[in-house]
Amino acid sequence: MISTTNKNKQAEPNNKKLQKPNVFEAKGFNLWYGEDQALKNIDFDIAENNVTAIIGPSGCGKSTFLKSLNRMVELVPTVKMAGEIQYRGKNILSSKFGVEELRTKVGMVFQKPNPFPKSIYENVAYGPRIHGIRDKVTLDQIVETSLKGAAIWDEVKDRLHENAYGLSGGQQQRLCIARCLAIEPDVILMDEPTSALDPISTLKVEELVQQLKQNFSIVIVTHNMQQAARISDKTAFFLSGELVEYNDTDVIFSNPRDNRTEDYITGRFG
Amino acid sequence: MQKDKVSIAKLIEDNKKKNRYKQGLIEKAVPIFLFITALISILTTIGIVFTLLFETVTFFDRVKILDFITSKEWFPFFEQDPKFGIAPLISGTLLIALIAMLVAIPIGLAAAIYLSEYASDNVRRVVKPILEVLAGIPTIVYGFFALTFVTPLLQKIIPGLSFFNALSPGIVIGIMIIPMIASLSEDAMSAVPRAMREGALALGSTKLEVSLKVVLPAALSGIIASFVLGISRAIGETMIVTIAGGSSPNLTFNPTEAVQTMTAYIVQVSLGDASFGSTIYYSIYAVGMTLFVFTLIMNLIAQFISKRFREEY
Ligand SMILES: Nc1ncnc2c1ncn2[C@@H]1O[C@H](COP(=O)(O)OP(=O)(O)O)[C@@H](O)[C@H]1O
Ligand SMILES: [Mg+2]
Repeated sequence: MISTTNKNKQAEPNNKKLQKPNVFEAKGFNLWYGEDQALKNIDFDIAENNVTAIIGPSGCGKSTFLKSLNRMVELVPTVKMAGEIQYRGKNILSSKFGVEELRTKVGMVFQKPNPFPKSIYENVAYGPRIHGIRDKVTLDQIVETSLKGAAIWDEVKDRLHENAYGLSGGQQQRLCIARCLAIEPDVILMDEPTSALDPISTLKVEELVQQLKQNFSIVIVTHNMQQAARISDKTAFFLSGELVEYNDTDVIFSNPRDNRTEDYITGRFG
Repeated sequence: MQKDKVSIAKLIEDNKKKNRYKQGLIEKAVPIFLFITALISILTTIGIVFTLLFETVTFFDRVKILDFITSKEWFPFFEQDPKFGIAPLISGTLLIALIAMLVAIPIGLAAAIYLSEYASDNVRRVVKPILEVLAGIPTIVYGFFALTFVTPLLQKIIPGLSFFNALSPGIVIGIMIIPMIASLSEDAMSAVPRAMREGALALGSTKLEVSLKVVLPAALSGIIASFVLGISRAIGETMIVTIAGGSSPNLTFNPTEAVQTMTAYIVQVSLGDASFGSTIYYSIYAVGMTLFVFTLIMNLIAQFISKRFREEY
């Protein structure tokens, strides 16, 4: 009911554990597509080295919020934003903040795997290359480390120079994760990264997310509640453009405060 | 309602029964008809090539093929001792095609990148049809544009430029080809999925990096195809070079001199009074054959390159 005053709710779980610093802090964030408001007054803190899941029914604004964090949402020309999103203490919506710099720090994995139509090697080397790394030995090293980091090295090490589109969907998605790791981002955003994958590939990506949180902060959108429960530390429930409830994942799934959250996770709607 | 449904199902069934014979016949006849139309186009092509070939063979009965290839002079109209060395016509053709491509490729490609990656929908909606209209202007108009506008302009810039030269028609053919290259390359680039651009942008690429390092390579086979079509048009272009290029077969790569292209020579002979059966008459077939071989090689190279660089997605 008091959907936007969840600051108090957050303070509670945070006190139980050692306080991790926040990578993102959204404050009164609003977003419109033309006349339609897609996000309403969002206050949302995302902690370092956590897996933060965003759940909610289709069309509630999960992707929109995620894409606001790296300003990919601005590719839609009608988008207007108000409020503040701070990344490591700096407002990313201010015109001073370089969008390329932000996206170098905040990587993204998309719903449908979207490797470049290049070789596996070139896919991973693309990011380092555009950021000025040209040395062959360094690039080789980055490619290997990134592919290992994305748990796909063993499957592709003998075919690095083959086209990425020869890989299976699950492999392509892990390649996209490797591509993202290659520029050593700080945060990785994932928009339903397993929704186009088969169950086994899904499991692999989920395991990978668990490993990656040692070194990265991860924000993952999912419409699969079991997935959120399995892999995330904190879960946010969005509904109709509002952040209804945000708490430790076990609290959200065992003891939600808001009726709407309860209705959603028990499958009464959505 | 229920009743209706039953009767409709029955109606369809009845119709099917009635039409079964007719439909079967159509299904069999259609592929035969389509095959014949395909055959007609293949047969005409073969027919044209054979005519070319026969007349060319007759020509080589009179002029040694070695002279044709190795001699550096093309003076077919000399009463005594005419010279049939194709080299000057080839150099003229290639020189003009080269100038044309130097104009058309950078401008056409830049226009394509602008239209596909930077222009708003509104701009694209206006500019694309204009490009297509430009591509439809008759070449004779371009020819006079070269002769009466571009050449005098160039003569002001380059003192001593002869009235007929390779530069002016080369530039104008380039201008003529720009819309084609821009339009076809834009099509190829627009066909690259959005998701790929987003993937690159999400890695912190600038718009220019996305255009040049992701979209351009992904569309390369289509872009190369547009270049090759452009080169083929430049090599085959007739009107502009006939009007503004002069008719002096010079073995030169100096763009300020007058030249003659293979096509311009064929026009010259066709308009003149070369009698049927004379060596000059047959020479146009040999030149035509050479032209044909050139465009064939161009297309083979293009296919090879576009296969080699194709980025599958
Ligand atoms: N490009 C767009 N233009 C206009 N409206 C959009 C666009 N993308 C999303 N929306 C609208 O914004 C709302 C939130 O969408 P989205 O963030 O994609 O939801 P989710 O990812 O939770 O399914 C929806 O009502 C959707 O119709
Ligand atoms: Mg979504």
